[in-house]
Amino acid sequence: MKMNEATGKRRIKVLIAKPGLDGHDRGAKVLAHAFRDAGMEVLYTGLHKTIDEIVKISLEEDVDVIGMSIYSGAHLPLSKKLMEMLRDKNLTDKLVLIGGNIPHRDMETLKNYGVDGVFSSGSELDEIVKFINERVKKKNG
Amino acid sequence: MAKSKKEDIEEVVLESGIKVKPVYGPEDIKDLDYEREIGRPGEFPFTRGIHPLMYRQRPWTMRQYSGFGSAKETNQRFKWLLEQGQTALNVAFDLPTQLGLDSDDPRAEGEVGRVGMAMDTLKDLEEAFDGIPIDRISTSLTINPVASVMLAMYLVVAEKRGVPLDQIRGTTQNDILKEYVGRGTWIFPVEPSIRLIGDMVEFCSRNVPKFNPFSVCGYHIRESGATPVQEMAYAFEIAITYIQHVLDRGLDIDDFAGRVAFNFDIHGNLWEQVAKFRAGRRLWAKIMKERFGARDPRSMTLRMIAGGGGGGLTIEEPENNIVRGAYYALISALSGTQTMALCSYDEAYTIPSKKAALISLRTMQILADEMGLCDTVDPLAGSYYIEWLTGEMEKKIVECMEKVEEMGGMIKAVESGYIQREVSHQAYLYQKRVQSGEIPKIAVNKYVTGKIEDRDIEFHPFDSKVAEEQKRRLQEVKSSRDENKVSQALSELKQTAKTNENLMPCILNAVRCYATLGEITAVFKEVFGEFKEPVGI
Repeated sequence: MKMNEATGKRRIKVLIAKPGLDGHDRGAKVLAHAFRDAGMEVLYTGLHKTIDEIVKISLEEDVDVIGMSIYSGAHLPLSKKLMEMLRDKNLTDKLVLIGGNIPHRDMETLKNYGVDGVFSSGSELDEIVKFINERVKKKNG
Repeated sequence: MAKSKKEDIEEVVLESGIKVKPVYGPEDIKDLDYEREIGRPGEFPFTRGIHPLMYRQRPWTMRQYSGFGSAKETNQRFKWLLEQGQTALNVAFDLPTQLGLDSDDPRAEGEVGRVGMAMDTLKDLEEAFDGIPIDRISTSLTINPVASVMLAMYLVVAEKRGVPLDQIRGTTQNDILKEYVGRGTWIFPVEPSIRLIGDMVEFCSRNVPKFNPFSVCGYHIRESGATPVQEMAYAFEIAITYIQHVLDRGLDIDDFAGRVAFNFDIHGNLWEQVAKFRAGRRLWAKIMKERFGARDPRSMTLRMIAGGGGGGLTIEEPENNIVRGAYYALISALSGTQTMALCSYDEAYTIPSKKAALISLRTMQILADEMGLCDTVDPLAGSYYIEWLTGEMEKKIVECMEKVEEMGGMIKAVESGYIQREVSHQAYLYQKRVQSGEIPKIAVNKYVTGKIEDRDIEFHPFDSKVAEEQKRRLQEVKSSRDENKVSQALSELKQTAKTNENLMPCILNAVRCYATLGEITAVFKEVFGEFKEPVGI
């Protein structure tokens, strides 16, 4: 567990994940920079990961947050699979965010799958950082 | 363009870090030697353009990116685009195809036919080009790590129709180094990937002389966050890497350099983009002549597609993207491009609808036929500002290239993740500057009115039946082919992959007997291994 030097508190650990075949990683990498600047510990999976691999990494690394970035249009099946696997592995304490090219009409469906936050392209970096800080604090009681 | 208060006027700094004065005059270009640094169009150093008459002789080629779903659907869209006056084709493939996976591979699930057409065997390409005169149009195949297989398929389509290979015109994108930096469709490690490119260059220079075996893409590097200077510098370093590889095989520079093509991005400041291309042409000519000893003037020319980039478009008020696209097309024409493509107004969120694709095409046609952009070559030449800025951009591009060369060249800079980190860092800085309002984006951080939720947009429908149908077709092909021939072709391919021999003849053989893209890729993976992505941010 790494501590934040300034505050002495445990640093929030975030896994940024790129599932599937889509190679658009600009958004994922920009967020990695933003989260690190906000004092979080950031891991990036790299491209072309399966949901199994992403769940495995989040388990091994004991992350607080999983942020999955999807631009190919396959966000619904991929997110559904992620949430099912997290439930199977009893990893429901993870905060799950979905980002990328997400049409507004799919946001409700994603939330119904159990996704905590959906941030489509154009979301403010600060807004996402704030969301993580508040929600992780709440989850950790 | 950044602006900050300084005395009573705002300071203007371009994305590439160049400060712009309010007024330019003769004193700013007093050292500029017209004959040596600018010259006539079509003559070294080609600053003004690569042809003496440019668009007076022939307007730019108009080539919109298209292709989706099945081969049949793609074939219909191609025919429709050609009927509307488009002059060349650019084929979009789905992600499984781009990554060498067959449609029935478990990793392809949910992706078959989604962002382009699914291509498993020669059969699919035969159907996609059915009734399309491949002896007369030029075709761009947007494919990278498995470009060699796609080229083979395209050539076999020609062969079966009796079209001589020396009449085949087109381009395979085939720029693997930029895939590691942005876009992300890579499979094999760097060295064997470059060997495949070399095999294609060698094969084409002997057998398909009108085909461009690779097109170096500054475009995707810029889309991933690079500045215009980095876009040009990294593209040149990539091109130099491929060229050096081919020279090391013993080919003469003038045997293939005339077929080196580039793909660049347009968005951002108008003047900076125009200067980028003029500087790029001049610098490339010098590199080819002075560094590589090219003698044929054609080898010294920077031939390019310069397209309106998706990076400048916004999901907010998407109709504004039609206007942005028109300005990007104007920039492209003022920059002397050979081929133009525009991201459609709905491309920030979906595959272009038919309506959006037509508006993009009409934008280019209006510019060519109504606005006088074809009247005279390089009309901005001689402007104090443009000539000064062209010089500044050239200096910056050279500096940026020197950094890469000090690290030992592009292969090392990509394997170590240096370029990826530089580009993603730049993307982050850009995003912060947009969010702070320092870089204005209309309806995003300035004049914001409607809510994003209010947008009314037409999405490209995704039909899961396409995948089922594609899998069925694949099974059909597999059950009707001669399995002995296929396994023999694949085993020959494997043996040859282990040597230094050119792989193209073996790939062509495998394709002829309907070996699948996935089967051929699996052979390469077995021999070459897979790329290990540096994931440090």
